[in-house]
Amino acid sequence: MQNVVSIKKLSKIYDNDFQALKNITLDIKKNEIIALLGPNGAGKTTMISIICGIVIPTSGSVTVDNFDIIKDYRRTRSLIGLVPQELSLEQFEYVFNNVSYTRGLYGKAPNPSLIEKILKDLSLWEKRHSRINELSGGMKRRVLIAKALSHEPSVLFLDEPSAGVDVELRQEMWQVIKDLRNSGVTIILTTHYIEEAEAIADRVAVINKGELLVVDNTSDLVQSMGQKTLLIELHEAVQTLPSKLKGYNLKVLNNGLSISYNYDSSSKQTGITSLLQDMKETGLKLKDIKTEQSSLENIFVELVREN
Amino acid sequence: MNFYAIRAIYFHEMDRMRRTIGQSILSPVISTSLYFIVFGSVIGGMIPELDGVSYGSFIVPGLLMLTLLTQSISNSAFGIFFPKFTGSIYEVLAAPVSSFEIIVGFVGASATKSLIVGIIILFTASFFVELKIQYPLLMLFLLILTCLTFSLFGFLIGLLSNNFEQLQVVPLIIITPLVFLGGSLYTIEMLPEFWQKVSYFNPVVYLINGMRWSFYGASDINIFISVVSLVGFLITCIVGVAIVISKGYGVKT
Repeated sequence: MQNVVSIKKLSKIYDNDFQALKNITLDIKKNEIIALLGPNGAGKTTMISIICGIVIPTSGSVTVDNFDIIKDYRRTRSLIGLVPQELSLEQFEYVFNNVSYTRGLYGKAPNPSLIEKILKDLSLWEKRHSRINELSGGMKRRVLIAKALSHEPSVLFLDEPSAGVDVELRQEMWQVIKDLRNSGVTIILTTHYIEEAEAIADRVAVINKGELLVVDNTSDLVQSMGQKTLLIELHEAVQTLPSKLKGYNLKVLNNGLSISYNYDSSSKQTGITSLLQDMKETGLKLKDIKTEQSSLENIFVELVREN
Repeated sequence: MNFYAIRAIYFHEMDRMRRTIGQSILSPVISTSLYFIVFGSVIGGMIPELDGVSYGSFIVPGLLMLTLLTQSISNSAFGIFFPKFTGSIYEVLAAPVSSFEIIVGFVGASATKSLIVGIIILFTASFFVELKIQYPLLMLFLLILTCLTFSLFGFLIGLLSNNFEQLQVVPLIIITPLVFLGGSLYTIEMLPEFWQKVSYFNPVVYLINGMRWSFYGASDINIFISVVSLVGFLITCIVGVAIVISKGYGVKT
């Protein structure tokens, strides 16, 4: 698939010598939803801000639709929409005027019918004559999205779109994001919520301390880096495991009433059959068996901890 | 050239004036009218003519300059500082807009607001004092040039300010004293010789006297020196803003 954003060896060192990005290289494919995951201060917002022209990179290059973000800034910026993390809005302005203002900034002729459609799609049409300071936090975030869409961008950056948003609105926002992707827009979102990345992202990039740790399809990442766990409940508690079971690297849980066994579900030999056979031979009586798949959250926490 | 962006910024700023009409228009008009009432009509009636005109008429160019300078600076300084303060500057920085277009939008709107206030003040002054403008085209030229120059200066202040205190320092602590001590209410000749010489180091003296010459054809300073001074300051401001904005100082990291 064609790359729409190409980041090559991107680094950023701020004036206070803090290195926010270290040699990041990343390609973003056209019409995908990619989630940038990382803890606070990982460099996600810096990366987005550089691509959008708000922060000046120290080294490296970025192209959007094969145009350089510095040399061809007019072309690249007109392709990009940005929804910032903070609710950065002028509080005394009216919703319709404020969204129309952003369209003008991007060099587009006024188009009231398009603004009407965007506001209706985001359930803001009823509030078009309201001042920004009269809106709820969720509505303000939707105004930011409306502003970002006002010039019909083909690449949309959403910096923490769900921050401070209730569960119902978050679900609505996910649907908006999916609809946008279906209309041909490439979506790059940063998030703290692993659940959000799992729910809507095609690919996930994990960033920590300015370094890109991993980039992969969400499902492949869970498959390749995740582990499956076999949980075995016993009729009677065991204090020490029989010597025959030592080689399985089992964990004794729940005061000896449960045993867990981690295995790679993609390998040919999971070891489950032999484990159950050996348990039978050692006389352990099984009460119940179940399996658990480690989540993206487990993988994320593990990656960040290792880094 | 992104004309739509210039238009968007310009009308966005003009809309701010409409929303805050009391602060933008009424406040400077009322305070200047008070000067005309107190110094022009009440006290001015007891002061002899200066440069062949009544004292009330004499102070019109100075008070006009006082308003133009303070309004131009505060309009554009606030215009660029407020989006920095609220964080909404991000959309200007992320838009396909050049530094030049940003400056034209913000400074153009600020200069327009000041020009509107200046014209209203002139109109208001005509109610209190006898107003004659000997060189109206020159007066209009100086009016526009002053609005543009000091709007650029205010834009520079707004870019460099990190808080509201810094935003107020230059207009209140530097510009207002310079205008009051720059011959807005008196002629330089009225001062002792030492202070006359000191006054010539005050750049505002040249501006006020330039404006006064366009009204009455008489002033303490040659009109050409006044115009050259103003143009010189305009060029200094253009260079200053160009350097600051090209480095991203104050808005980009």
